[in-house]
Amino acid sequence: MKKALNTFFAIITIVALSSFTNFGGGHGYHIGDIATDFELENIDGKTVSLSDYKTAKGFIIVFTCNTCPYAVAYEDRVEALNKKYADKGYPVIAIMPNNTDVKPGDNMEAMQARAKAKGFTFPYLMDEGQKIYPQYGATKTPHVYVLERTKKGNQVKYIGAIDDNYKDAKAVNIKYVEDAVDALLAGKEVKEPKTRAIGCSIKV
Amino acid sequence: MKYVYIICVLLLVSCNNNGTTKEQDQQVAEVEKELIVDSPLEVYDFDGLQKFLTTTGDKIYVVNFWATWCAPCIKELPYFEQLNKNYKNKNVEVLLVSLDFPSKYESKLKPYIREKGLKSKVVALDDVDSNSWIPKVNQNWTGAIPATLIFNKNKRKFYERSFDYEQLEREVKPFLK
Repeated sequence: MKKALNTFFAIITIVALSSFTNFGGGHGYHIGDIATDFELENIDGKTVSLSDYKTAKGFIIVFTCNTCPYAVAYEDRVEALNKKYADKGYPVIAIMPNNTDVKPGDNMEAMQARAKAKGFTFPYLMDEGQKIYPQYGATKTPHVYVLERTKKGNQVKYIGAIDDNYKDAKAVNIKYVEDAVDALLAGKEVKEPKTRAIGCSIKV
Repeated sequence: MKYVYIICVLLLVSCNNNGTTKEQDQQVAEVEKELIVDSPLEVYDFDGLQKFLTTTGDKIYVVNFWATWCAPCIKELPYFEQLNKNYKNKNVEVLLVSLDFPSKYESKLKPYIREKGLKSKVVALDDVDSNSWIPKVNQNWTGAIPATLIFNKNKRKFYERSFDYEQLEREVKPFLK
């Protein structure tokens, strides 16, 4: 009986803890954590996982969407990141985390149309059932995670903004993501591993 | 003939009168319209905004970060308006800090403020270096909006979430004591 009771309390504790970890912002991955892989549907109907990329040195994961003005402001810069870094071993993987019942403008058809119009060369994945973004701890779009592939798994090396000027790509002073990936490619530590920017809250 | 003349004069005078009033009305209307359209929007960088984020007085401030393009912000905005109205005499003041893009001030933000007849004070924050100023609003803010700050001279609380009216009231009440 006592054992059963102990098991019961253990389960309660686990449930309580796990419900806390799912509790909005401030949780999710920290620098150094191993990020989960996923299997999400791309705009071409195929599924994409990090493990599909056999030769990648890491990834630029961008939680983004069609309907957020900040995400839209950064579309061309996300595309430029993929062009610059995919061949160097750091491809961009974009994930759309919003609930499409709340934001129909982010549904699969809309994602396909947007990717086609903008000529995205990176996968644009649907976080079906909204299971992945809470594990990462993304709270908004755009929200970037740079991962480095290590023996332990895909390790989080950078979390935050793309650069320091959402308004004007030409007026950017610090390219946070580029600096992070450049550092990793050079085998150095990321100097500024966490930055913050305004974004649209992820719609649940 | 004499009568006809008088009638003509009367007609002229009355026409003239009508003309003037209409013109005046129109002018007044135009001036009013201009006044509303050009109602100045206070725009600050973060250094400028900071004076609104602390107090040494006795008021309780509810500062809401929002934008016209942010659906959950627009949804909760009436509750902040309601709070501003209902708690004005309890020393509570609501400040709505818009994060609309400067290019949308004329086309989106000002028309929104006008059409909704917002009574709370609205200011716009235009500061691209959000990595510097977001942690100054609150260490835990990841940057998603809506976000709300409630403070008086003694304490402050920060919320990266949406509110309905009852939730908002519940958070403000402890500050009244």
